[in-house]
Amino acid sequence: MIAPPPELPPRPAGDPPGHDLLEVALGPHHPSTHGVFRMNVILDGETVVKLTPVFGYLHRNHEKIAEHNSYLAAIPYTDRLDYICSMTNNWAYVLSVEKLAALAVPERAEYIRVIVGELTRLLNHACLAGFLLQDMGALGTPLMYAFREREKILDLFESLSGSRMMCNYLRFGGCRCDLPPGWLKQAAGVVAGFGPFLDHFEALLSENEILRARSQGVGVLPPDLAVNAGVTGPGLRASGVNYDIRKVDQYGLYKRFNFRVPLGGQGDVFDRYMVRILEMRESLKILDQALRDIPNGPVMDPKARLRNLRPKPGEAYGRIESPKGELGFYLVSDGGPNPWRYRVRPPSLVNLTVLEDMCLGHSIADVVIILGSIDIVLGEVDR
Amino acid sequence: MTWWDPASANPGPPMPTPEQIKERIAAAFPGAPVELVPNGSPAGQPSLLLEPGRARDIARFLRDDPELRFDYASNVTGVDWPERLEKPKPGEPAARKTPAFLEAVYHLYSMALGHGPLVIRLRTGDRAAHVTLPSLTPVWRSCEFQEREIFDLFGIIFDGHPDLRRLLMWDNFAGHPMRKDYAPARDPEAEP
Repeated sequence: MIAPPPELPPRPAGDPPGHDLLEVALGPHHPSTHGVFRMNVILDGETVVKLTPVFGYLHRNHEKIAEHNSYLAAIPYTDRLDYICSMTNNWAYVLSVEKLAALAVPERAEYIRVIVGELTRLLNHACLAGFLLQDMGALGTPLMYAFREREKILDLFESLSGSRMMCNYLRFGGCRCDLPPGWLKQAAGVVAGFGPFLDHFEALLSENEILRARSQGVGVLPPDLAVNAGVTGPGLRASGVNYDIRKVDQYGLYKRFNFRVPLGGQGDVFDRYMVRILEMRESLKILDQALRDIPNGPVMDPKARLRNLRPKPGEAYGRIESPKGELGFYLVSDGGPNPWRYRVRPPSLVNLTVLEDMCLGHSIADVVIILGSIDIVLGEVDR
Repeated sequence: MTWWDPASANPGPPMPTPEQIKERIAAAFPGAPVELVPNGSPAGQPSLLLEPGRARDIARFLRDDPELRFDYASNVTGVDWPERLEKPKPGEPAARKTPAFLEAVYHLYSMALGHGPLVIRLRTGDRAAHVTLPSLTPVWRSCEFQEREIFDLFGIIFDGHPDLRRLLMWDNFAGHPMRKDYAPARDPEAEP
């Protein structure tokens, strides 16, 4: 059953007779929505006067499924939330379980987590830059360049976990298995090749006149609204707000690594693009340090019980800086083998709160790139 | 473009403990009951149970107080607590029944001062007739979709929410799937 359309806003004063507002359903099957997502847009000519997002096309009640399963059995389901970044989804979940049950993680496993987490950030941001430029009309080339690099990272994930996208690799108390022989060398090669790819990508695009004309001053997000609306991740930092959970919480081993966090000035689509490019360069620095310093040792805490884990009654909220923003898991245990309450705090859903504010007054073609610059994945929005 | 300046990121002293925050609330809102709910897990993170009647004013206070400045409501969710039998404590003759209620849980952080989380909870009177809580969307807009999701999946009605509609299920769906006693239709093709 389709929801009744929202009420039309009053016409602007001085509207010429015969001038009508038009309602357009952008989606759910529209290439620019990156999944099954609908925006009911009300247009005055080409200008957006109202936008209502409609969710739920990919809803499968992930949380209810997880509440019926053991703590271990929820890990493969978290892969399917943000299906581009399965490693960071695993990380956020296992971090929350480790908080809930007070589990320790060996040092080598922490290094592996940082490595796969930053590789995930690289592939997410590279894909996003490609998709965003595709939305702007740069058909094919940037996206295929980005996917070529993504493929190399997916090869690394495949040799590590057996699966390219649904890695299911991290466990509470460590990682499922140690790195295969030669993996670190292969990873160092991929990281060494990523910098030149970024140089090439930027030489083609960042100074491009059309890209700048299309994205500067579009979809401006003021910093106070961004904070109040709970926007996190690159979208928040593009508005100039100093907030990166890797720096604030210093979870894992991020305290040990030397890296900077880029901040935007205007908060427009171009800044959101540029912040991601600079974040990739900083991720390369973290990867260089981690691949150099990783120690030998076990990758699982011998005391961690994967099967039949029964944490003490209580609750815990753990969060990480996923490539899209703050990804958190809220777990309530009643002492049983499965969580009493399991909740995903999805960055994509909360970041969409300000979609209408960013789009009002812009043309419908800009809606597509504003949505693209927020970076959503519907597996996580709808859960 | 600029870069992260660590000096401006975490300038303040460490966050006041939940006990201290409770006392600050008690000083600012005399007569408003605030209860500290302990957390049995090693994670720490005890929470403050607010009385729904004053909750929105207290939330504004938590956001605007210069030493707290919880300007960012991160995770907003519901928990269902049906009636349960508690094991009798030593000296008690029989098992006690805990009252049934629904709960809204908010995890607050401060982006300005770099601290958090503070967990606040609101509880409904029961699970059937008295399920209205004040909406905190006027204080933090990040609650807008998440409160809609709680309304959809748990059936808590948020008073003062600007646009309280179902978020994930369709509009004429009956029931609230995240409640513990929700039973799905036997026919998987059925649209309740």
